[in-house]
Amino acid sequence: MNYLVNNFNVVAELFLQHLQLTLAVIFFSLLIGIPLGLLLARIRWLRGPVMSVLGIIYTIPSLSFFVLLIPIFGLGTRPAIVALTAYAQLLLIRNWLVGLTTIEPAVLEAARGMGLNGWQRFWQIEFPLALPMLLAGIRLVALSSIGIGTIAAFINAGGLGVLLFQGVITANYSKIFTGALAVTVLSFAANYFIRYLEQRAEFRIYGKRI
Amino acid sequence: MTIEMISSSAETIETPVSESGEIVFEHVSKTFATNSYPAVDQVSVRITAGDLVVLLGPSGCGKTTLLKMVNRLYEPDRGKIWIGGKEIHTLPVNELRRQIGYVIQQVGLFPHMTIQKNISIVPRLLGWEEKRINDRLEMLMQLIGLPVSYLPRYPRQLSGGEQQRVGLARALAADPEILLMDEPFAAVDAINRERLQTELIDLHSKLNKTILFVTHDVEEAFRLAKKIIVMRAGKLVQYGSPLELVTQPENEFIEELVGSNNILRKLSLVNVNSILKARENQSFYTSKFQPVEKPSTVLHPEDDLRSVISLLLCSGKDSLPVKDSEDQLLGMVGYSDLREMLISNLPSE
Repeated sequence: MNYLVNNFNVVAELFLQHLQLTLAVIFFSLLIGIPLGLLLARIRWLRGPVMSVLGIIYTIPSLSFFVLLIPIFGLGTRPAIVALTAYAQLLLIRNWLVGLTTIEPAVLEAARGMGLNGWQRFWQIEFPLALPMLLAGIRLVALSSIGIGTIAAFINAGGLGVLLFQGVITANYSKIFTGALAVTVLSFAANYFIRYLEQRAEFRIYGKRI
Repeated sequence: MTIEMISSSAETIETPVSESGEIVFEHVSKTFATNSYPAVDQVSVRITAGDLVVLLGPSGCGKTTLLKMVNRLYEPDRGKIWIGGKEIHTLPVNELRRQIGYVIQQVGLFPHMTIQKNISIVPRLLGWEEKRINDRLEMLMQLIGLPVSYLPRYPRQLSGGEQQRVGLARALAADPEILLMDEPFAAVDAINRERLQTELIDLHSKLNKTILFVTHDVEEAFRLAKKIIVMRAGKLVQYGSPLELVTQPENEFIEELVGSNNILRKLSLVNVNSILKARENQSFYTSKFQPVEKPSTVLHPEDDLRSVISLLLCSGKDSLPVKDSEDQLLGMVGYSDLREMLISNLPSE
């Protein structure tokens, strides 16, 4: 505990770095995942091949993935964001796709029959109805990025992993403890915050928490 | 002077319906890629504006396909469809759909929107002003018999019958000339179904919309329809009023569809006034309701009384012999026996 009190500014800075990394990963994941998921929802035969590729990416060990990207993106946060975004696609798209494909067909047929165009159907009907599942996907992405993100400290991406690596090298247990504690706090906070958003989205549709 | 007045008032009664609700199918055919046979095969029919027309037939006969081609949820392979003199493909598809009310069996209300938002969605798409939308909402709620206090509620807070009423209000929201209804009451329980049917008849007489109503339920078709289109295997078999279907069935399929005891169904299709009118014109009896001469009509002990009365009516006699399986005569049964049986049984129940 002493370590945290004496080095609060250092820990806080690393905490913010970690948060920034996670937010960047969520942002880029959504940028790719939302349109890709929509495409898969529309074109059924694409689902198998795309999901297998995403599954294969997910199995690449994180440390080797980071290292593999260094020749292309150099050291620092860029290869970390790329790798974590690539992992995130499986979690995000799987959930988003379930959200989109489990919308009651009658609801979509009614929307079409009433004369809503494709864009209106997406914004007014599909997006709000699939939103709880999308948020569930985002929550998984946040949690996995916070976890795997600690390893990104190895390629100089900063974040709370720095405390862990330094602690291990210097056998400084209070440093390791502080790092682990900070990661846990971040994970819990992220989990509860996104879960809260999920429940709000669910409440609008179902009128109760599920 | 008086003659002029009469003729002009007669004219206004003659043409209360806008012709823009007319639907014409011209050699319409549609084959789905998954099937080798056509779902709809060379259907040509003219539906008069303001009529409530039921598309009737067994499942897979193409009635829903035909309906969905009107609002272009399906595209015909061949043929043309005209609405109020305009071929439907001359309009942008969403513009066309916003002019046509659409009600489906599973209702398909938007679960994340209040009743108010659900109903006002098409008027909003059409850019109506807020005041006009609110007036319309109030009028529609009154029309479907739900309190205005329901407007801020969500669909899940309503019963199945109430949801289908809201579905109907949503379809009527932008005041379309045409309403397409795809088995709208099939998923509602029997009591509510009958109530909804009555309300629809009532609503139709008030609004004068052209309603195209799909069902496989013969009773429902006969209750609602001004005219019935009977389809089978993609083809139009007969198009006529319920009475025409019963009295002049095109073939055995229609005969079977409208029921073997169709003589009783006639009872609900003809009113007392028809009898009074028929008396003035004696030929009515001989031409339309000529008793079927079957001297060999025989009752069996296990026949139910509904078929007995139907057989009595058809035979033109007042009583019929009852025989068992060995052709032994057991006695005679007639109208008076039925009356006694029914009346004496009622209070003791």
